[in-house]
Amino acid sequence: MGTLVAFLRTCTSIWLKGNRYYWAWIIFLSALIVSGMAAYAYQVMHGLIVTNMRDQVSWGFYIGNFTFLVGVAAAAVMLVIPAYVYQWEPIKEVLLLGEMLAISALVMCMLFVAVDIGRPDRMLHLFPLLGKPNFPQSLLSWDVLVLSLYFSLNLVIVTYLLYTGFTGRHYNAKILIPLVLISIPSAISIHTVTAFLYNGVVARPYWNASILAPRFLASAFCSGPAILIILFQILRKVAGLRIKNEALAKIAELMAYAMFINLFLFGAEMFKEFYSHTEHVIYSQVLLFGVGGTKVHVFMWPALIASITAFFLFLVPRTRNNFYTMNLGCLLIWFGVYTEKGMGLVIPGLTPDTLGEIYVYAPSLTEYRIAAGIFSIGFLVFTLLVKIAMPIMNMRETNLPGKSAAQK
Amino acid sequence: MKKENSNRRLSRRTFLRNSMQSAAAVAAGLCLPGVLAGCDTKVVEAFLQKHFLELSPSELNKVLRGLEKENLKKYGTSTVVSAKPAMPGVLFGYGLDLSRCIGCRRCVHACVKENNQSRDPAIQWIRVLEFPKEKGIDFSEANPYYCASGAGQLSDEQRDILAKPESQYPLYQQKETAQGADCKVPRPDHFYVPISCQQCENPPCVKVCPVNATWKEPDGIVVIDYNWCIGCRYCMAACPYGARHFNWAEPKLPAQDVNPDMHYLGNRPRYRGVVEKCTYCIQRTRNGRYPACVEICPVGARKFGNLLDPKSEIRSIMERKRVLILKNDLATKPKFYYFYGL
Repeated sequence: MGTLVAFLRTCTSIWLKGNRYYWAWIIFLSALIVSGMAAYAYQVMHGLIVTNMRDQVSWGFYIGNFTFLVGVAAAAVMLVIPAYVYQWEPIKEVLLLGEMLAISALVMCMLFVAVDIGRPDRMLHLFPLLGKPNFPQSLLSWDVLVLSLYFSLNLVIVTYLLYTGFTGRHYNAKILIPLVLISIPSAISIHTVTAFLYNGVVARPYWNASILAPRFLASAFCSGPAILIILFQILRKVAGLRIKNEALAKIAELMAYAMFINLFLFGAEMFKEFYSHTEHVIYSQVLLFGVGGTKVHVFMWPALIASITAFFLFLVPRTRNNFYTMNLGCLLIWFGVYTEKGMGLVIPGLTPDTLGEIYVYAPSLTEYRIAAGIFSIGFLVFTLLVKIAMPIMNMRETNLPGKSAAQK
Repeated sequence: MKKENSNRRLSRRTFLRNSMQSAAAVAAGLCLPGVLAGCDTKVVEAFLQKHFLELSPSELNKVLRGLEKENLKKYGTSTVVSAKPAMPGVLFGYGLDLSRCIGCRRCVHACVKENNQSRDPAIQWIRVLEFPKEKGIDFSEANPYYCASGAGQLSDEQRDILAKPESQYPLYQQKETAQGADCKVPRPDHFYVPISCQQCENPPCVKVCPVNATWKEPDGIVVIDYNWCIGCRYCMAACPYGARHFNWAEPKLPAQDVNPDMHYLGNRPRYRGVVEKCTYCIQRTRNGRYPACVEICPVGARKFGNLLDPKSEIRSIMERKRVLILKNDLATKPKFYYFYGL
């Protein structure tokens, strides 16, 4: 118990210590969080009418962000596989950072679902025992289940690693390895279930394509590692994380393969739609060309070009070993996958609606503010987690009062 | 009987629920400003209310009387909220004669009146689509925004409400004016297909609901417990007929427009943040009456009856006429049959 208190006290003292940039970052995120909370209060007061969603397009920006972030959460942990296979030097660090990214992404996922539902006061109805979940019929019930399990699993692993690191003991492999081994298939399952959530909707031909789940996994394997590559470099610079250039280049190479599969599957889907040219082609036309004033294609083309460019940047050894082009590739991938998996998935799925009506959806200011607030909460959680992980990951800030206190 | 069995089976969960209730009551009591509008006991009661199918007869009675009290307070009208169950040996089916429908939209407005829909933002359960005759039922050619003169015509006020950006028809103004001034229906070379809930035998909306807030009753009507729905709108994504509507804002129903004859699973006033849909006028049809849309139709295009009764009109239509269902490739098995009577 005493150790736990000391652990928490140390965490607090670590969070309160930081340079100018750290505080500027925290204040920036806090400002966005406050703005998001104000916007959410406004939404709660007036109802979802303050969004631009309507009966015709009944899901929008919130659910798009949710889908994208499930991918980030899944892929962050899947990175453990190559880290193990290729024997990257700091495998524990890759695991820890991946798990922490997963936690932050899942916090955002849950918040995005929470702000989207009409009756947040009835949230408990979703859970077994308290409510009446529709098992095994509803994929949304499954999603609640696997997301909760995955979240708990990551939370346990991260807490355990941080705590053992703090007390200076070595982690017990008999506890850790089974947990990690469970978390990898769970990572795949959360994304598959989320894909099936769309996939199983027969009313929306654009989603009702069996290629959706493989596409989800492929694109997730691009977006999750993209943020980790950038983070590894930052931590290497500011905190001396010992990760080799070769490891970063290897991640980039794997992302190139994932992106190739993603683009290939996308191409296969588009071929089927445009070549057979049935009445279902209209959703793909919304995605790529716009129909009746829809705007998704305006973002989709730059996103496609970004994804293709990133693919080549990561494929060619010279550009993936160069830090400028590698980081550029990461940013391009984020933009590409975010557009494709977010609005590029939700909006053409719902436009035109099932009776052929085209309602042009674009998020309202309230939706943007709430989304920015949720992203800020996620980044804040991630920042705070990384900050307490830094001393444990044998980096520069090793001599902390907490460590000696725990050893006494 | 069946209900009691399921009650017993659920007793462990019910126990857990009850033990959670004190904790939940504290949470509800905290009443974060705005999250739970108003802080009275009714809010807490509604928060703790069980799923409709798990209510015991006495609990159900308490809930129904509570709703009546709430209605009296809100609208100043005494109302009757029934929960009359399905009659045995009844499976409701609907017939719509495409060769008779003139697209006058009287059914749309009769439905709104009967079922206490929100007037502003306007929610309508029936959507009448106008198709060019040479295209057949091709939804990409459908026009829900055609104007109709005569009894089904909108007053200027109704039109203004419909044209608001927050209404169910956000594009009303734009599309209607684009069509021209002559609002006489039926327009030459056009035909009309009114679409509301098809009461599928295999309803995709029920399958996807994560909380069992919507289900198919023994008489085939797909209903929603407005006190259980969490408003995730997955059912709206899943419905192939656009039959489900969401209360994006607080529904507004003027006191003088309240239909006091209500059913718990049907036309009782809804809440903000929940989904609603056509219930074949459950408050009427379970008492042997026709749905409001059937009664109002000036050309007799709408038929309704018991599919299990071999002598019913709906059965004779199915046997004698050319019948079609919408989107039959999806295997939802609608109990809403379009036919050509002439």
